[in-house]
Amino acid sequence: MVVPFAVMFAAFFIAPIVYAINDSLFSTKASGLGFGAPEKVFVLFDNYGAALGNPSFIESLGRLLAFAAIEVPLMVVTAVGLALLIDSAAARFPRIFRVVFFIPYGVPGVIAALLWGFLYIPATSPILQGLSSIGIDLNPLSTDSILFAIANIALWGFAGYNMLILIAALNAIPSELFEAAKIDGASEWSITWRIKLPLVRPSVVLVTVFTIIGTLQLFVEPLVLRPLTTAISSDYTPNLAAYNQSFSQGNPNLAAAMAVIVALLGFAFSFGFLRLVNRKGDRAW
Amino acid sequence: MVTRNQPIRQPLTSTVVVNGVLVVAALYFLLPILWVLVAATKSPGELFSSFGLWFTDSPQAWLNLTNVFTQDGGIFTSWILNSILYSAVGALAATILSAACGYAIAKFPFRGRELLFSIVLGGVLVPATVIALPLYFLLNAVDLTGTYWSVLLPSMVSPFGVYLARIHANAAVPDEIIEAARIDGAGDLRIFGAIAARMMTPALVTIFLFQFVTIWNNYLLPLVMLNETKTFPLTLGLTLWNSQTQRDPMFYQLVVTGSALSAVLLVALMIGLQRFWKADLTAGATKG
Repeated sequence: MVVPFAVMFAAFFIAPIVYAINDSLFSTKASGLGFGAPEKVFVLFDNYGAALGNPSFIESLGRLLAFAAIEVPLMVVTAVGLALLIDSAAARFPRIFRVVFFIPYGVPGVIAALLWGFLYIPATSPILQGLSSIGIDLNPLSTDSILFAIANIALWGFAGYNMLILIAALNAIPSELFEAAKIDGASEWSITWRIKLPLVRPSVVLVTVFTIIGTLQLFVEPLVLRPLTTAISSDYTPNLAAYNQSFSQGNPNLAAAMAVIVALLGFAFSFGFLRLVNRKGDRAW
Repeated sequence: MVTRNQPIRQPLTSTVVVNGVLVVAALYFLLPILWVLVAATKSPGELFSSFGLWFTDSPQAWLNLTNVFTQDGGIFTSWILNSILYSAVGALAATILSAACGYAIAKFPFRGRELLFSIVLGGVLVPATVIALPLYFLLNAVDLTGTYWSVLLPSMVSPFGVYLARIHANAAVPDEIIEAARIDGAGDLRIFGAIAARMMTPALVTIFLFQFVTIWNNYLLPLVMLNETKTFPLTLGLTLWNSQTQRDPMFYQLVVTGSALSAVLLVALMIGLQRFWKADLTAGATKG
């Protein structure tokens, strides 16, 4: 019974990864004077050197890290905050809020980027028009704020999903704990800080790791917003760069190296983060 | 669920603050959807000249809808059907495959099962982009690119589904029942199909829904794989129209109305199947 999944997993997960790693170690060179079939040459880490020696790729990596620095804390704090608010005793209609916050998860990232694109240009955006009428002129698509504009789209789409994971964890806390705390005279505030947050910590860690992985894949939003602004170049993120290398520059080997670099970065950050929280965990709890 | 720790009376200020923040958040999450629903009733000109969150004097929702469904020989209908096909078939196959695998990992102590599970879990962490580009070259080698299969087959693999299925099989299918069925002479496949799968139904619905939305929202895979517009899913089709807005501003209205339709479709599905989004499964998973 394992076999069908294992075969599919090997074909559509493992094989592409192996192929990418293998591809990243070769280079296609035209033989002789350009006549005859181009041949594959083993170049070891040359493609990686080329990628890391390319200033615009390094720039896109830096941009990605800056984006992650904005997006990950923003997402985690929002998701935790919304989950705690909905779970708090003061919330009215928690079920309705839960559904409303989760709705954007069903809107494809491409459509979300298209919609926010309209909300980011003054001609169609009621928000920008409203702000402008009271004297505040914003341009979310300018070079300075474009990363925040993209972060907002990702936050809008996934905050509700992450919140749902956290609410489920909050619901799993045995209610005796709350009763005991209340008998001891704990306020709602201290219950939140001393009981709820420490107990949902594993879920917060999970949400953080998922957000890190998702963040490093940044591709769709800049691709869709690009026609609207000059602040986004064709190799704005490493994934866009890899896509372009592969399909418009005809250099799949370099693209493979770029993709592998992004994946390694993802692993490094995920595991780095996990180690960090685990070490902290030993001390604190 | 949430009401259980509700004391009889809350201080007024905290009630106002908490619900105030929740209402503001709700407006934020609904804003783009409200905007697109209103915008779908406007003419291409009004789109850029009228206030975004209110209707104009001459709403033309019906005309816009007709335009969307007749543009390019009614290709929008094909895009919707393609999206449903990719999502439904892909998610169904993914659910069966991950259920069988997760169940087997949970219930049969075979050699290397922990290793297999770790590799599958590692799969959850691999960015989709790392898979999609090389997958194009692999499928190109066997002449599958450009076909429905090029999107369907990769969509059938859900490592997260295996993870959920294993956790749930452990919790919901008692070993005693499997033993009893074996003594009665049932084979492993029959036990899985007739007994275990039924006990795992809530988890299977969850896996199906998550995978359905994942495939529905996927953009990169079809972008890489498909080249004929009649095989496109909605996401790819709408960006195709969006790329033509420079040439003809009429396409703005097509994109807006098309986006409104696709948002409405999935939002309806999500609200309708709300009770099946059992996130407590994922909560159990985080502890397992």
